[in-house]
Amino acid sequence: MATILTKTELAPKILEFCVAAPRIARKALPGQFVIVMADPVAERIPLTVADFDREEGTITLVMMVVGASSWKLSQLQVGDSLYAVIGPLGHASQVEDLPAVVMVAGGVGTAPIFPIARAFRTQGARVITIQGARSGSLLFWSDRLQSVSDELHISTDDGSAGRKGLVTELLREVLERDAARDIGCVYAIGPTPMMRFCAKTTEPFGVRTIVSLNSIMVDGTGMCGGCRVDVGGQIRFTCVDGPEFDGHQVNWETLLARQKTYHTHEQCSLQRLPVTES
Amino acid sequence: MITKRSSRAGRVPMPEQPPEQRIGNFDEVPLGYDPAQAQAEAGRCLRCKNPRCREGCPVGVDIPGFVGLIADGQHGQAAARIKEANCLPAVCGRVCPQESQCEALCVLTRRGEAVAIGRLERFAADYERMHGEVPLPERRPATGKRVAVIGAGPAGLTVAGDLVREGHEVTIFEAFHKAGGVLVYGIPEFRLPKRIVEQEIDYLRRLGVKIELNQVVGQSVTIQDLLEEEGFDAVFLGVGAGLPVVMGIPGENLVGIYLANEYLTRVNLMQAYAFPAVDTPVVRGKRVCVVGGGNVAMDAARTARRMGGEQVTVLYRRTLDEIPARAEEVHHAQAEGIEFRTLCAPLEYLGDDRGVLRQVRCQVMELGEPDASGRRRPVPKPGTEFLLDTDLVIIAIGSGANPLLTRRTPEVALNRRGYITADERGLTSHPQVWAGGDIVTGSATVILAMGAGRQAAQDIHRYLSGSPLPGPAEPTPDSTCPAVPVSDVFSSA
Repeated sequence: MATILTKTELAPKILEFCVAAPRIARKALPGQFVIVMADPVAERIPLTVADFDREEGTITLVMMVVGASSWKLSQLQVGDSLYAVIGPLGHASQVEDLPAVVMVAGGVGTAPIFPIARAFRTQGARVITIQGARSGSLLFWSDRLQSVSDELHISTDDGSAGRKGLVTELLREVLERDAARDIGCVYAIGPTPMMRFCAKTTEPFGVRTIVSLNSIMVDGTGMCGGCRVDVGGQIRFTCVDGPEFDGHQVNWETLLARQKTYHTHEQCSLQRLPVTES
Repeated sequence: MITKRSSRAGRVPMPEQPPEQRIGNFDEVPLGYDPAQAQAEAGRCLRCKNPRCREGCPVGVDIPGFVGLIADGQHGQAAARIKEANCLPAVCGRVCPQESQCEALCVLTRRGEAVAIGRLERFAADYERMHGEVPLPERRPATGKRVAVIGAGPAGLTVAGDLVREGHEVTIFEAFHKAGGVLVYGIPEFRLPKRIVEQEIDYLRRLGVKIELNQVVGQSVTIQDLLEEEGFDAVFLGVGAGLPVVMGIPGENLVGIYLANEYLTRVNLMQAYAFPAVDTPVVRGKRVCVVGGGNVAMDAARTARRMGGEQVTVLYRRTLDEIPARAEEVHHAQAEGIEFRTLCAPLEYLGDDRGVLRQVRCQVMELGEPDASGRRRPVPKPGTEFLLDTDLVIIAIGSGANPLLTRRTPEVALNRRGYITADERGLTSHPQVWAGGDIVTGSATVILAMGAGRQAAQDIHRYLSGSPLPGPAEPTPDSTCPAVPVSDVFSSA
């Protein structure tokens, strides 16, 4: 069960796994996630479903090595099995009939953005995609994004690929050009600060902005409440109420603080790893 | 040599780990009777002509029967007798609130202490486990009928055990990576060792029950899929309540505030007490406040004490007279140095500039008029606010209905609080779907969930056997307690 069929290094520390998971593949929709465990004592970590093949019974997961649990996942090879894959969890993206949408993908956010962009494109929307990373070497799947987008704009922090700068600058330009015309919605998925600033960028334009939150989770089924976030003054659970929320309503300060809950624990775990990279 | 203990003498005391020792480990607190102690305690039973204890058992265990067997030194037989009605005796002997069920009806309570039925149940189950392979009960010939049980908690395990013995093919679907439900994620190791749950589940596996882990029914597969595509004939929903509630006061999202389910799941299921040998961490607090007064609050407080809490305080808005936790749990907590601040309610949590919890602002309460539950309602006493320094808060004020399965199962009707509507047999508005446990009643106990599972199993068996409904739903003693197999009652018609 949950055998790894392919493993690809997309960029340094960014890996793509294709995993046999027939039940999940049959039901998964863009925007949903799974919880994975590398081994019996690993953390349960949420990963967005980056793609799925209902016929083959496979799902695609993209992950970045940041802590002990993701390092453990990265050590698994083709033919190995994940100890557990649970899902699909959360609500699917609401792919409405809109004339045009903007997709902003930051870092590994490219992976979850891809199936959502594809779904909007299939629906007939004009898809304008903005992809950003710290550097050109960290960009991946630009070709896949291109294949489901009418426009693809790329920016990197260091200017090694595409425009030098942040995705929010490209986002503002696109909105200044098109917002008034036909953009129904902006999706922004990536690191929390990037999603926060995308939401801030779109606010003056009054464009609905959907973000996909990566709260810390345990069960992923609404049972523990660890992933709770403040959205519009209400406590919501990312796992069962989300993971997508209105970016203009999210209380980003508490989300960022909660994401740092186990910062010192993570350092401790990292030091125990057999190979510690700088 | 066993000396006869007078019935009027108090109970044989239960040996326990001393408090100063146990707060430094997660080992079980009560150590269990040895055979001599058990036999002496069982000897206190008066063997009443019309024993009432059994009426107090939600699954109808033959209590006089098994207690008598222990008194006669037939410990293995005693365990087998219990298992005719209860597939999880080692669990129930530890976590059932016997004092308000079977033991409350024991005739000895009029003049002293009831027979320690729970301790004897635990003894019999442990004795059997420690003395070789547990024999399997007889299984009826295969019927070819297939039952899907959703949730491997107390209700689901009971349904599975009952129906597999009737010859049906049973598959349990469990969302977590381990079976047991609240028995593995909620109840701490020091109250219910996980190896005991594992052994009881292993017993069900040996009976032929299949368990599919990591399946979130409603998400990866729907009830409709199970019935229409995967060939199941009946479905039992025992998914638990499990959507924790908060008070809705300021600061509840600060770092260092857990809902009890998360705290207990991290420590129990994910074994965060062993971090960093395991990967799942948990915040350790020195000054801990636990909000609430139920058994979950006691479990959280006692866990926090073992996780390095130097000053652990339970904040409860009524008094110890109204506290819903079992008296035994409160006593254990007190012995472990946990402080109870009763008539106290949190108003607000205060944090530092990094969003980390520092203090809780509380208010003194007083008891006013009785509310709907009949308990006097706590009302704030003006001008009594005070601050407590704290670095870990665990909120244990209850759960609501989890919508994950029910929102994908519109054919099963819910009440207005989101719980599943089921009749006394456990049947829902869908003719092939039964439900029981917390997802029907709201948060209750392990044994009540098992009792509901037992009822549902009987009705599912009746349905699968094609028998007509039994007469007006007044269960006879035999139909609530299949010491006589259920099939004899229903399917011969």
